[in-house]
Amino acid sequence: MTQQDKRNNWRKRAEDTAARKEAAAPLYAKGKEVLAKDTVALLEAVIRPFDIINIEGNNQKQADFLAECLNKVDRAKIHDLHMVQSAVPLPAHLDLFENGIAKKLDFAFGGPQAGRVAKFIANGKIELGAIHTYLELFGRYFLDLTPRVSLVCAYKADRKGNLYTGFNTEDTPAIVEATKFREGIVIAQVNEIVDELPRVDIPGDWVDAVIQSPKPFFIEPLFTRDPALVTDSQILLAMMCLKGIYAEYGVTSMNHGIGFLTSAIELILPTYGLELGLKGKCCTHMILNPHPTMIPAIEEGWVDTIHCFGGELGMEDYVASRPDVFFVGPDGSLRSNRAFAQTAGHYAIDMFIGGTLQIDKYGNSSTATAGRVAGFGGAPNMGCDAKGRRHPTDAWLKCGQELPSLDRDIGNLPRGKRLVVQGVETFGEGRAPVFVDELDAWKLARDADLPIPPVMIYGDDLTHIVTEEGIAYLNRCKDMEARMAAIRAVAGFTDIGLAAKPEETRALREAGIVKTVSDLGINPARANRDLLAAKSMRDLVTWSGGLYNPPARFRNW
Amino acid sequence: MALHTLTLDLAPAAPKTRIQARLHVGVTGSSDLEIMMHPEDLSGRVAVTVVTPVTGFDALWTRVLQKFLDDSGLCDARIEINDNNATPAVVLLRLQQALAAA
Repeated sequence: MTQQDKRNNWRKRAEDTAARKEAAAPLYAKGKEVLAKDTVALLEAVIRPFDIINIEGNNQKQADFLAECLNKVDRAKIHDLHMVQSAVPLPAHLDLFENGIAKKLDFAFGGPQAGRVAKFIANGKIELGAIHTYLELFGRYFLDLTPRVSLVCAYKADRKGNLYTGFNTEDTPAIVEATKFREGIVIAQVNEIVDELPRVDIPGDWVDAVIQSPKPFFIEPLFTRDPALVTDSQILLAMMCLKGIYAEYGVTSMNHGIGFLTSAIELILPTYGLELGLKGKCCTHMILNPHPTMIPAIEEGWVDTIHCFGGELGMEDYVASRPDVFFVGPDGSLRSNRAFAQTAGHYAIDMFIGGTLQIDKYGNSSTATAGRVAGFGGAPNMGCDAKGRRHPTDAWLKCGQELPSLDRDIGNLPRGKRLVVQGVETFGEGRAPVFVDELDAWKLARDADLPIPPVMIYGDDLTHIVTEEGIAYLNRCKDMEARMAAIRAVAGFTDIGLAAKPEETRALREAGIVKTVSDLGINPARANRDLLAAKSMRDLVTWSGGLYNPPARFRNW
Repeated sequence: MALHTLTLDLAPAAPKTRIQARLHVGVTGSSDLEIMMHPEDLSGRVAVTVVTPVTGFDALWTRVLQKFLDDSGLCDARIEINDNNATPAVVLLRLQQALAAA
């Protein structure tokens, strides 16, 4: 006992929190409710200069009212904040740096503000900590970036502070747990304060204040793709993916990245996928937001399970009506959870498939372009081979068995490998070549003074590239030379592709390392919109039995 | 929008395919193109006219069309293309679809 008594005070954080809360005490209306008009005063009471602050926001829901209020605090009182947050897509997130309220930033995704992020880093308004993946940043919330104050959002709260985050639970549990269990302060903006919640997603004793915001929080329908905009060449790529990869490896579990290629794949599952005999063999377990373009395949009984990172606007009723497939709570509504979906996406799935803006001659890919620090959100968690994985599946084992270099580091032990697929047309928007000698990420790193170029998927994790020319099975390449030749073979008329040697490409085709459209036995004339199970937003609504309710801007009929 | 017209005189590496009648695929929608082909005795050669809003890609058009001719062996034909920013992938696919419709 005497030894313990000599120690320093071990409760400084709790005492500091108590002092801050005492300063805020006069601002409470009833229970934990603070009125919207007192929000700025509340923030000034509980935040101190140099604090680590989290504003909840990812590529979907946003604590937008709290972000705007933080911009209105007296910067003589509050400055040099260290923002740690999944994403900075709102102008208000960057205004904090413009206004001198915040100084340092650790984040995962820049979205529409990517240009300002780059500019502010270059002119010293932002001191960049690092660009992370979502899971990596969540990990650091429990390590060295624990928020002192977190500003989160929920659909509903009661006056005890219990929160209902429902369909869009997303990042809230990870943020609140890290903050509250290290004596931090949690403030929630909610659309509505009610007497009784449908269910409790965050217990009230983890929440310090709830504010009914003047308008509902902003939410972006990021994963909604109008089938009317799917092109024939995307359908051709989708056919190649299904035949040359899904069927070839028998891929049951996966994540579909954002974009029209994966929408095209989803929309031809009930047609071309059925014809290939893949129903029940592929796409049975998915880690996926509630993509509207999955509705036809779900309705046709392809899918056992889908767990979601976040919600998707308009899909609430449909998802709630398919509880055998989605993770629906006892109250009858979905609970998404980004941390768990990313965990499954990192460790449990057999395949990640998505698109990118650039792939270099070695197979590294990035969506970073000069002048934009965009970050990658969750893609790198899933677009990599999780080295900690220990459970085998057929697809994972087959992909690993094909690696000629497996014995280089682990001798005679068998080991599988995650399929990581990039599907791209060789030229993107404005006929910009997708295959390049050097990624723009290098220039960005030089201009914005980043220690490393921001790479979405490293070449050693990438196993397959699909273009209109064919599929490069990079996992079958024995060395870098073979890998670069396989990349050239599918790079079309880009400068990288023009360097392909016909005899080399022929040898790669004979070895099954490159397969062209005709090698795959696909007739390009069939690549047209007749293959789409739904050809319009209205078709999706019809497939859903009227349960899907598209946002206004997608209601084009 | 000023349109750029490109005229090409090409020949397949190994002439073997002739179309019998006039063909038409695609529409000049955004990122798409319209292709018309008709048979014409050009001593095994193929005459191509591309109308496009984009300049600076003449070499790329030539490569894409030459590849299509080498792959298909199409000869003795006139091809007219009305382009609206289609990528090479779309161009090649539409050409293949046109020939498949013959």
